[in-house]
Amino acid sequence: MADHTLDAKGLNCPLPILKARKALKEVPDDGTLEILATDPGAVADFQAFCRQTGNELVEHSEDDGIYRFLIKKTPK
Amino acid sequence: MSAEEKSMSIIVTKGSLDWAYPPFILATTAAAMGLPVTMFFTFYGLPLLLKKLNLQVTAAGNPAMKMPMMGMHMGLPNLLTAVPGIDAGCSIMMKNLIKKKGVASIEELREMAVEAEVRMIACQMTLDLFEYDKADMIEGIDIGGAATYIEVASQSDINLFI
Repeated sequence: MADHTLDAKGLNCPLPILKARKALKEVPDDGTLEILATDPGAVADFQAFCRQTGNELVEHSEDDGIYRFLIKKTPK
Repeated sequence: MSAEEKSMSIIVTKGSLDWAYPPFILATTAAAMGLPVTMFFTFYGLPLLLKKLNLQVTAAGNPAMKMPMMGMHMGLPNLLTAVPGIDAGCSIMMKNLIKKKGVASIEELREMAVEAEVRMIACQMTLDLFEYDKADMIEGIDIGGAATYIEVASQSDINLFI
């Protein structure tokens, strides 16, 4: 179970990333953020976002057009 | 901030609804990814700092502009793009599409840029040239000129001109 869940369904680039950034601020260190999105571009974007910010993309999956991402917040 | 911190600057020179998107999308996203970002607003980009925005697309001079309509992509013959009311009509269509597809408005992106502490510099020369008043611009912006931008650019890893 993730510490926080962000529903970014229906939002288009770059809103899922921007909202995830904001939501991550509320997540404790080593905590997790779950993001649900419908933007297919989010798959590549969340991978790039995590590589750049140093947070860990623990898993991502797709089910019936809903993309789910689980990001673990790396302590700074 | 990531260990290998990069920074970005963008020169914003265009103020139509469609051209306002790339700089604000890239600035907010870069800021979200931990990059310090500076935007320099000059010429027709400067009015993007006005408190009240009423952005329009311009069909004339935008010959590749096509909109999805009735299952097709329709463009306007060049001659028609000069007809009064065409730009207003196209702008309404574009804004409807933006809402329908879950794309952020420019106002929303600009607010997020301010929140993410993106530095925004208004070009002093453009303020003078087009007779804009800093009082009509959003709070928290800086005023500067070419040298101010060059100093920023010389310290940035990514410099874009849009």
